[in-house]
Amino acid sequence: MRVMVLGKATEGNNGEPPTKEAFAAMDRFIEELVKAGVLVAGAGLKAGAEAKRITIDGDKRTIIDGPFAETRELVAGFQIWEVKDMDEALAWLKRYPAMPGKNEIELRPFMEAADLADYVTPEELATPREGERGKLGVA
Amino acid sequence: MSRDETQRAIEASFRIERARLIAGLARMVQSIDRAEELAQEALLVALNEWPKTGVPANPGAWLMTAAKRRAIDAIRHERMRERKHGEIAQTLEEASDDAAMAIEAALDDEVGDELLGLIFVACHPMLTAEARAALTLRVIGGLTTDEIARAFLSTEAAIAKRIVRAKQAIAAAELSFEVPRGGERAARLPSVLEVIYLIFNEGYAATSGDDPVRPGLCLEGQRLGRMLAGLMPDDAEVFGLLALMEIQASRLAARLGPEGALVPLTAQDRTRWDQLLIRRGLEALARAEALDGGGPYVLQAALAACHARARSAADTDWGRIAALYDRLRVAAPSPVVDLNRAIAHSMAFGPEAGLRLLDAIADDPALRSYAPLPAARGDFLFRAGRFSEARGQFEAAAKLTRNAGEAAFLRARAAACR
Repeated sequence: MRVMVLGKATEGNNGEPPTKEAFAAMDRFIEELVKAGVLVAGAGLKAGAEAKRITIDGDKRTIIDGPFAETRELVAGFQIWEVKDMDEALAWLKRYPAMPGKNEIELRPFMEAADLADYVTPEELATPREGERGKLGVA
Repeated sequence: MSRDETQRAIEASFRIERARLIAGLARMVQSIDRAEELAQEALLVALNEWPKTGVPANPGAWLMTAAKRRAIDAIRHERMRERKHGEIAQTLEEASDDAAMAIEAALDDEVGDELLGLIFVACHPMLTAEARAALTLRVIGGLTTDEIARAFLSTEAAIAKRIVRAKQAIAAAELSFEVPRGGERAARLPSVLEVIYLIFNEGYAATSGDDPVRPGLCLEGQRLGRMLAGLMPDDAEVFGLLALMEIQASRLAARLGPEGALVPLTAQDRTRWDQLLIRRGLEALARAEALDGGGPYVLQAALAACHARARSAADTDWGRIAALYDRLRVAAPSPVVDLNRAIAHSMAFGPEAGLRLLDAIADDPALRSYAPLPAARGDFLFRAGRFSEARGQFEAAAKLTRNAGEAAFLRARAAACR
């Protein structure tokens, strides 16, 4: 199964770049993930100062420029892992290195074909379509 | 955390460490069997200790230390037994002390090559490809014998026997658990790559209705390929194989039709191809090409990449595919490659070019009862406007194939020849 790992900045950190030590710790962790064949993709994201948000409320769209006052939910980086089950993902997650300040890492399994049963029938899924982006982002 | 949750957490943590643990132990005690036992004993200690102390900061090192203690205890025990037998041989005592010291030394040795060494042993060319696959899935992939049996449509007893015999052969040959170097490494790598691709293909051949363990083999193959790429970052063929598997796996969701029939590449819904895997595949291929790779896996990956890059079947760069088949034919000669090369040339340069290449291989005994040969000839003849000849070829191909869906498709093509 594939899981999304969202590294979130919390309290007083607006997604500023990590310290050299934290960067090195993350580098070692990623090395471990690669050698175990677990890491599929990942990237760090620039600080909140360079971010933009848009709120959508019905027809109303409001753009907010970073940095944001509310940083609790600021995604600072993401990784995609391929693991056998959530237990394995959790075991890896416990090894996630400490970044400066207080952090929260969120683990979210990808939707798979079976999860889309309410929206797309298996026949629809299996029938070739032309010129449209896939409904499934995953295999 | 409930007891059950704690146990699951410990087991998951153990699973991550298991292969490296066995690899490190096997190198010390020179036996896969003994290493597996020691790892299992370490797990039991962990299941007993960790609920009280919590999971240690470095579970791998902790488990290794626990297993090492067991190994040393066993050696001491052996020494005591020898004493009881009255043979107070100084040499023996020294020997067992040396063994204990060697274990201590190996623990401090952060080479990290143990896993690769174990992969090379489990995939030693003296073992059959099936034995290599079973042993690799067991000791590196961590699958149970039951899972391996289901994956290969075999029985648990047969797989268990295969694994035991493989281990016996390894012990009898006194194989070294060191990573082979230089020429030996080059000579043994193909049998490692072959096994990983065999595991992947076994999963790729499974259809959706089967036991999920079988399609799961694709993931096992990819995982092993990714692992190997992490351990051997300078080998072009390792990245070629990885690229090939990633790109092929990107099509898993698009390759089966509503009734489970295989959808040919050119008819697949490309919007369902997994772009993340395609990107990974193209990156691995770029790496292989940067390493000057021109081996069979790199070439096959380059072929797969031609399809992955084409937005639609009509955009396919058949000229490049034909050129790659010209090279693959030299790197890995086979009648099937020759046939595919003829198909590529027919797409790039017209049906006559394809027919000329088919004539050159028509008498190959390996292709005598091979349905794709007359099917390809029928297609070339059809496209050349030679309908009555084409019909005969499609009918011949329909008679040769054992796949009902394929036969129906070929008969429909025969019927359309007018």
